[in-house]
Amino acid sequence: MDGVRVEAVERSFRGARREQDVVALRGMDLRAAPGEIVAVVGESGCGKSTLLELICGLQEPDAGSVAADPAVLMPQRDLLLPWASALDNAALALRVRGVPAPAARERARPWFERFGLGGFEATPPRALSGGMRQRVAFVRTLLADKPVLALDEPFAALDALTRQEMQGWLARALAAEPRTVVLVTHDVEEAVVLADRVVVMSPRPGRAVAEVDVELPRPRHRTDAAVVALREQALEALGAPA
Amino acid sequence: MRTLGRIEDPPATLAVPRAGAPRRRRRSGALLGALGAVAILLVLAGAWELYADLSGIDPAILPPPHAVAKAAWVDRGLLWSNLRVTGGEVLLGILVAGAAGFVLPIALHLSLPLRRSVYPLLVVSQVIPVVLIAPLLVTWLGFGIAPKLVVIGLVCFFPIVVTTLDALSRVDPELPKLMRTLDASRLRILRHVELPAALPGLFSGAKVAVTFAPIGAVFAEWVGSSAGVGHLVQQAIPQLLTARAYAAVLILSAFAIALFGLLTLAERLLVPWAHEPRQGRTR
Repeated sequence: MDGVRVEAVERSFRGARREQDVVALRGMDLRAAPGEIVAVVGESGCGKSTLLELICGLQEPDAGSVAADPAVLMPQRDLLLPWASALDNAALALRVRGVPAPAARERARPWFERFGLGGFEATPPRALSGGMRQRVAFVRTLLADKPVLALDEPFAALDALTRQEMQGWLARALAAEPRTVVLVTHDVEEAVVLADRVVVMSPRPGRAVAEVDVELPRPRHRTDAAVVALREQALEALGAPA
Repeated sequence: MRTLGRIEDPPATLAVPRAGAPRRRRRSGALLGALGAVAILLVLAGAWELYADLSGIDPAILPPPHAVAKAAWVDRGLLWSNLRVTGGEVLLGILVAGAAGFVLPIALHLSLPLRRSVYPLLVVSQVIPVVLIAPLLVTWLGFGIAPKLVVIGLVCFFPIVVTTLDALSRVDPELPKLMRTLDASRLRILRHVELPAALPGLFSGAKVAVTFAPIGAVFAEWVGSSAGVGHLVQQAIPQLLTARAYAAVLILSAFAIALFGLLTLAERLLVPWAHEPRQGRTR
């Protein structure tokens, strides 16, 4: 197991004309040890999503190297299929690998109890709250059986209150199911509450400009003095006005 | 799996639409709508009756509604036997068009070169007036059901192709990426994501198609046949039995409305997610 190792990666995208070419990443380094939770923060458009797609093998770098254990993507929007029940949506990760429907459902079912989704197995996604939908998406992500989780702003589409609840929930879920996690977010507080280490990216072309180690006991709360201090430290590295 | 405490947050809120009052309101709304349609029809029929009676127009050109109703009753056996022929053609034709209109878009969706080369040809197939090729079809395929199916298929498959392709192109572009990180093969993405996503398109297209199908069937019968509503109309008009022709067309319209209603019902049962507002999709 290698976790994730991104070294001196460059990735650019062709525009319609030469001068419209966009360099998303240049000289990007990232390291996540097996079992480590690394949060990546940066402004919108700094290449965070590109970074995750490189880690998931959905893109190839133009230069540099990406070595990562098999990774599964959890996108910002839950992308649940509207025609399938909550349980079938979670079981999709198994179905697409050829597991027959009954067996896939049986493997997904225990997770519903554990994640407070019990009783909602047959419910269609449209009748679930935003937080529940995201939890179903997380079960789908876990059932992919990949050592690395690439979380792309998983709670950005939720309202503030639900987002806080879900951050606490994810912290507990990851404590129970340790994985190598690369969590991309623009929410510095979320990063400090959840991660072992916070990597701060520069604006485009994105590269890592600072690292903040978060050696705090869990559970953490946004109001803990140590959390607030680290948040300020990370915000400063981001270049936010104090 | 290790045993662990349940990981959950405080009581989750559910956004299930409440049954009861709103549903009752919706049902009474549908009833009001149906009554409105009947009222409009009655007013139109009344105006038609007055015009036909008072303007002195030749009943062989425009028969009054009461004459049409009388013809519908007197000729009911004749109308029924011919409607069965045309109805069968329409049903089979819709099935043919539906099959072609579902398989073709999926092929076009999967292959960009195919889409680029075949899509313009599909448009061409719709621009050619059926009048031009109908005699050719009769020469090739005879007076049986085959040329009718070709004509109905030709006028009906295009709207289905367009709406199905549309539905396929509305699949969230992030979804295939997610599926690839779940190790889904192209075939499994098609089966679990794209085929279900295309179904609502099939239904919308089929609803448009059922309104074209009777026209196609009547026209094809007109060109060469020994039975059917089109044949009946063609025979009735030179004999100045215009009321009979009107009655035949009226009954065919009722058949088309029934088909449309059946499709709407099937759509509601089979793809209930298609017409509900999307929740939790803020971006």
